Amino acid sequence: MQGQLAPYVFLSPTLVLVTLFFFIPLVMVFILSFTKLDMTNFGILEWWRPVNWSLDNYVKIFTNRFFSKILGNTIMYVALTLALFNVGMALVIALITTHIRRRTGFAFRVLWFLPRITPVVVYTMMWRALAGPAPMGVINKYFLGPLGIGGGEYLLNTYPWVFIFLVNGFIGASFGMILFSSAIEAIPKDYTTASKVDGATTWQTIRYVELPMIKWPLLFVTTYQTLSLLTSFEQIMLLTDGGPGLYQTEVWALTAYHRALTSYFGNTQWGYGAAWSVVLVIIGIVMAVIYLRVFKFRELVEEPKIDQL
Amino acid sequence: MMLRRLKPALAYLTLIVPSALIILGFLWLLITSFSTRIEGLRSLGWTLHNWRFLWESPFGPQYPSIWVVTLNTLVMSLIMTLIVVVVSSLTGYALSRMKFPGRKGFLSLTLILHAFPSVTLLIPIYFVLLWIAKIPLIGRDVPLLGGFGYNTLGGVALVMVAFQLPFGIWIMKGFFDNISWDMERSALIDGASRFKVWWQIIMPNIKPGIAALSIFAFLTAWNAYLIPLTFTAGRAGKSAVLSLYLQNFISESVMTEWNAVAAVGLFQLVPVVLFFLFTQEALLNIYGGGKKGGV
Repeated sequence: MQGQLAPYVFLSPTLVLVTLFFFIPLVMVFILSFTKLDMTNFGILEWWRPVNWSLDNYVKIFTNRFFSKILGNTIMYVALTLALFNVGMALVIALITTHIRRRTGFAFRVLWFLPRITPVVVYTMMWRALAGPAPMGVINKYFLGPLGIGGGEYLLNTYPWVFIFLVNGFIGASFGMILFSSAIEAIPKDYTTASKVDGATTWQTIRYVELPMIKWPLLFVTTYQTLSLLTSFEQIMLLTDGGPGLYQTEVWALTAYHRALTSYFGNTQWGYGAAWSVVLVIIGIVMAVIYLRVFKFRELVEEPKIDQL
Repeated sequence: MMLRRLKPALAYLTLIVPSALIILGFLWLLITSFSTRIEGLRSLGWTLHNWRFLWESPFGPQYPSIWVVTLNTLVMSLIMTLIVVVVSSLTGYALSRMKFPGRKGFLSLTLILHAFPSVTLLIPIYFVLLWIAKIPLIGRDVPLLGGFGYNTLGGVALVMVAFQLPFGIWIMKGFFDNISWDMERSALIDGASRFKVWWQIIMPNIKPGIAALSIFAFLTAWNAYLIPLTFTAGRAGKSAVLSLYLQNFISESVMTEWNAVAAVGLFQLVPVVLFFLFTQEALLNIYGGGKKGGV
């Protein structure tokens, strides 16, 4: 084997990219979060000097009068989208599509994959049309109207949260759906046949045989998707942009983006936005570490058994 | 006994009602793109007017035409896919086959990065791209790509590569782990270099893995919205991609032409859906293979 250097040659492109786009930014986001850097003093403020550092941004976050609103929104958004769709709906689709005719089941899974591969701008526009006021809106015209529910108003303004759950959930569900259905299909047929022979109903088979056997994928999807949801804000930004009322649907990640990278009232407050990000980064790292513990990281990093040439 | 029948019925209902929403949504998109106005799913008049962006620039000559934008999107997606696949397989190979100090640390690092909220780094990445833009040669003025700095296709592609890498590395490592060591051993004994072995013997053997990762990366890049939005100067600029072009219709004009937006949206969506239908088996492979790698 030529030299001890070979592995590092193979790793070098990753090292360069990770340094440029993870390490340097990570260090910078920490430093920036202590400064008052914004569009107006860019090039003037020497943000890299400790003299210009203070905890003001963090004080500003925790004393922000919308702090509890934003925190509450974030928790509600993550918890409900996860429970209803990313795990709940994903499980329902996986269970049903593995218990009906193969072809039909497959068609349903392809259908549920569509939201994930649709460009997000088009996808949110589609939902706006579904939520539109009567007589244009599809849901008003074909569901609520005939049933006599509501006055045909623009549903996105009346029930913004419902649509945030739906729009994000329809994308999120496909991730769990794929993992769950492949896990269910991997369960040896003997188990389910045995329970059927013993006279169990389909429901009992699912409840007492299949669900316990997909415990790991369930746990994995829950932890992994919690992290994804925590930092996702694209759909909310395009759908309500935090509105319709003041901060009504603003979540943590969206606040960081708004403060730092949109010129709301003519200022992009990089420092303040960075502070919002740092809090999220810390939550993310803590959760990632817990997630490694849960998934028995040691087994994943076993030494290669083959390198004894 | 009632309950026993009610439960499956309820279950089917929870699948069919939301599925109907997806179907209705996409039907609306299709019908509205060929209509002057639409009420629910009923067209109030058929037209091709919404598709005129295909042969003329709807915002005037200062905006790039749809074909330039499509080419941009294609170039960016292909570049990003290529880099992701090459870099992930290099690193995945080293992590799967070689013993070196720091291996464990590197593996846990990629796993943490994988779970890491990378969007929170958008602000400093903006500065990094500004710096890269100042580097001669690669910063700007690279043909086709524009360069790798701020407001270039290459820069946007590079940021997306970085965000995809942790996922790609774990997927590729999983595929390498499944390959027997024998072929490689004999080649190494015959004196082939590590690089040659990787390129000539191993890579051809993990074609399913390469296919799965390429499709996944390509779809991500083609649909990307947030990163191009954040790191290019504007929707009208020379590095505009399709998802930003779409945004033109929504905010620039006085009255948003939703029907035209739907048409452009379909224009962006149709190739992806076709691509997906032809490759879905390989794509679903990535999730199956991913279980082993812990992704």
